[in-house]
Amino acid sequence: MDIPFTVKLRDDTNLYNAKVGIWLFLGSEVMLFGALFSSYILLRVGAPAGTWPHGLLNVPIGAFNTIVLIVSSVTVVMSWASLKLGNPGKFRFYQAITLLCALSFLTIKSFEYRDKFTHYEIWKTDGTRMTGHIEGSPYFWSTRTLKDKKLDQVVFHPDPHHYAEPVQRHEAGGGAEHEGHAAISVPASEIARLSAFVPAHSTYFAIYFTLTALHGLHVFGGALVIGYLWGPGAKLWKTDPERFTNRIEISGLFWHFVDLVWIFLFPVLYLL
Amino acid sequence: MQPTTTETQHHAAHGAHHEELGFWRKYIFSTDHKVIGVQYGLTGLLFLFFGFCLMLLMRWQIAYPGKKIPIVGELLLKVLGDEMANGGVMQPDLYNAFGAMHGTIMVFLAIVPIAFAAFGNFVVPLQIGAPDMAFPRVNMASYQAYFMGGVVMFFSFFIPGGAARSGWTSYSPLATLADPAHHPNGQTFWILGMVFLITSSLLGAVNFIATIIQLRAKGMTWMRLPFFVWAQFVTAFLLLLAFPPLEAAAVMQLMDNVAGTSFFLPTGLMVNGNPPPISGGGSPLLWQHLFWFLGHPEVYVLILPAMGIVCEIIANNTRKPIWGYKSLVYSVLCIGFLSFIVWAHHMYLTGMGTKIATFFQTTTMIISIPSVIILTCLFISLWGGSIRFNTPMLFALAFMPMFGIGGLTGLPLGFNFTDLHLHDTYYVIAHFHYVVAPGTIFGLFAGIYYWYPKATGRCMSEFWGKVHFWSSLIFMNLIFQPMFAQGMAGLGRRMYDGGATYAGFDDPALGVVGVPQIFIDMNRHISWAAWCLGLAQIPFIINFFLSMKQGRKVTSDNPWESTTLEWQTPTPPPHGNFDKPLEVYRGPYEYSVPGKSRDFTPQSESDKH
Amino acid sequence: MNDPQHVAKHVKTYLVVFGALILGTILTVAVYFKHFESVALAIAIALIIATVKASLVAGFFMHLVSERKTIYVIMAFTAFFFVGLMALTIWAMNDSPAMSGSTQRAPHPVAAPAHHVP
Repeated sequence: MDIPFTVKLRDDTNLYNAKVGIWLFLGSEVMLFGALFSSYILLRVGAPAGTWPHGLLNVPIGAFNTIVLIVSSVTVVMSWASLKLGNPGKFRFYQAITLLCALSFLTIKSFEYRDKFTHYEIWKTDGTRMTGHIEGSPYFWSTRTLKDKKLDQVVFHPDPHHYAEPVQRHEAGGGAEHEGHAAISVPASEIARLSAFVPAHSTYFAIYFTLTALHGLHVFGGALVIGYLWGPGAKLWKTDPERFTNRIEISGLFWHFVDLVWIFLFPVLYLL
Repeated sequence: MQPTTTETQHHAAHGAHHEELGFWRKYIFSTDHKVIGVQYGLTGLLFLFFGFCLMLLMRWQIAYPGKKIPIVGELLLKVLGDEMANGGVMQPDLYNAFGAMHGTIMVFLAIVPIAFAAFGNFVVPLQIGAPDMAFPRVNMASYQAYFMGGVVMFFSFFIPGGAARSGWTSYSPLATLADPAHHPNGQTFWILGMVFLITSSLLGAVNFIATIIQLRAKGMTWMRLPFFVWAQFVTAFLLLLAFPPLEAAAVMQLMDNVAGTSFFLPTGLMVNGNPPPISGGGSPLLWQHLFWFLGHPEVYVLILPAMGIVCEIIANNTRKPIWGYKSLVYSVLCIGFLSFIVWAHHMYLTGMGTKIATFFQTTTMIISIPSVIILTCLFISLWGGSIRFNTPMLFALAFMPMFGIGGLTGLPLGFNFTDLHLHDTYYVIAHFHYVVAPGTIFGLFAGIYYWYPKATGRCMSEFWGKVHFWSSLIFMNLIFQPMFAQGMAGLGRRMYDGGATYAGFDDPALGVVGVPQIFIDMNRHISWAAWCLGLAQIPFIINFFLSMKQGRKVTSDNPWESTTLEWQTPTPPPHGNFDKPLEVYRGPYEYSVPGKSRDFTPQSESDKH
Repeated sequence: MNDPQHVAKHVKTYLVVFGALILGTILTVAVYFKHFESVALAIAIALIIATVKASLVAGFFMHLVSERKTIYVIMAFTAFFFVGLMALTIWAMNDSPAMSGSTQRAPHPVAAPAHHVP
């Protein structure tokens, strides 16, 4: 038994099955990310003035990752075009770049994550707050860690600016007048709360990690599919080239969508 | 003619090839839509029974608060321990867990899988003349995801701390903070289970829509689709677009639960007088919005397939065309469309502003119009028909007034001023159970009795079917009718002691304060009716299994003399469904067409001969 | 869209779109580092550029500019419900005396109430 229209286009819709399927799936993906974006807006609008962190992410790295994804998107569509033009060699070349891009995106992202896990904020009992690094760059410390480790002080390298300060973001210009990285010692008794920039830090980091991790999973999943079609799955080209080209188109549509989500994620999370 | 013959032989050879599939490929990891439909159906019925049993136990606690549960009490004590069933008495945590899981199981593990996935899988490809679903392997994955979700939900009863206990709606912050002693706790399992179930529904929905768009047989235009297919089509869209926001919400609640975030936990939250170690800044209402964005379309996911089934059966058993086929189709499209913009009528009591409340109240009133149109069309279809009162038809006929009661009693809940009084009382329970229990479930029973001969080649017993029907109808009403009265008297739902705490007393100045005793005493009558309803299902269970072996064999492929395509296949339909390619020449309900020799004209019958 | 000549023409479009996307990204970052006086303006510019970029990807890489009617219908539904979800939720949150006032911003500085009474 064969399912009709797996390759051939249906007369009235002019589509093959998988194309309808992937667009429906993308529709549901739009709603998934749409709900998260809505949540972002509500959390952000609902946050009291001065509590929403900004400027804590590395913009050049984010921009670089954006370009990585854009490049991968072009190579995906070029690989499909190469197949359409009957050139499987070029297809392999372009998809190899796509896979490299996917890999570097995830690698860069994981380094960004690691940076956040060693970056801290301290809420002091007198109401002041500061961000910075703890001596030795430990991961995932929290207020409880102080109790568990029975520490009576923390050696802290504060950042030149706290994000809630009214100072303009870039006026400082390198922090010459601030002793940004001089270590100070903060007694544990003065620490009301200590948190790394992990999801539990604030709703900002909660939504940042949720959105980027979910997006990262999509990148990973897409890369798996593309990798399969690039490797063992490519055998289909010999027996059924049209169907194989369709598969590349479908995986490409998903990949473009992942790119498209990032195009919004970058300004929303890094810049605003 | 020569090519046709070869093709048939070719098909036959293919069929023979598929016969060789081993047990595992044929019944467990099958990609055949009919087998998957049956898998969904059996698993769903199992969960329907399980969810029902949870409620039967809860009804004991409601009717006889604090008394030891007879027979089952000892068992609960042994399995769940002192904390949950001390001395065989249902403890508050267990009551809450059973309540939450009753709702979750009934909605997500029983009704949706049976109504949408089981009937949809079995019937839709047959009715549109397709050899299978568009993506058979995705179909299999969908069932497996559902099964995994079911396993996760079921096992959550046995983990330390027990299953989720914050209602099927899992409102935050309660859901996140209800069981801080255990990690992972029942709520974690609930969320993980939901992620599986949502994934399953999404895969299913993609598959259904693609199948209906792409695989309709030649000549099967949109306006020739049986109404059941239309209902499934709209249902699939609801699942496709309404479920992802809940998936997003589930991910966020999972983060709250596991990673200590505060998506739904507000600033200034206190637990037992202490601030919990969280950042705050979240919004509990956000969860409610995202939940009900799914939750309300979900109501239509539950009811539309049943409407579709009922419509098929009514057309078949009145032996005349459905009155207003086009009205039905446009109404169901309207419902699908509107169901996305009514959700916040579940949230009037959260302190909504008047403007937004008015908006949602208006859309809610508007959505009742297409529902009434559908019901009216079905009622008018009965007019002047020579009705065959067989078991499926009895269930289908009962569906209409039952759903009517359920729907109309929903209007006072849709108005925000009456909702203030009725919200979270037994009135709400009565309302939505009338829609889902004697409504949808009756529709499902009708479908089971109706399509059973196609699936098995044997009929279910008419006599026991009628016993099942009449007893179910009576006890359903004895259960849910008094609840309207209880709710209007102010009896709140989800009460561990059945509302005894709020029992009324005579105040010399004020008269009776609280819920008058008579409404609390009704709990006992309701509970006895519920247990009797349990007994009333025994004929069905026996009938269902016994008929597979001993039921009357059908003598034709089309025992009900129906017009739609599913009856044009061999019985039971083989892998690939149809013996020969078929073409559709007419609409779905051409019964009693004047001038024809038979009172039904199948869709695939050409006018030429 | 399916014959080779057509595809060859498409390839050129892809490269142009690619250039536009890179340009858009650079522009976004440049605007960010220029930091405008008005935050609202900066947000608006960033989102407009993002929308344009997204439309380019959807339109040309995903071929939405020349898709079939069925796909358009599916995406139109999605867009409608997406807007419904976002707009109605935000509206509901704003038109909520309890939420926009005290509950969500509980530990506000003491000066806050004075703000409402000029």
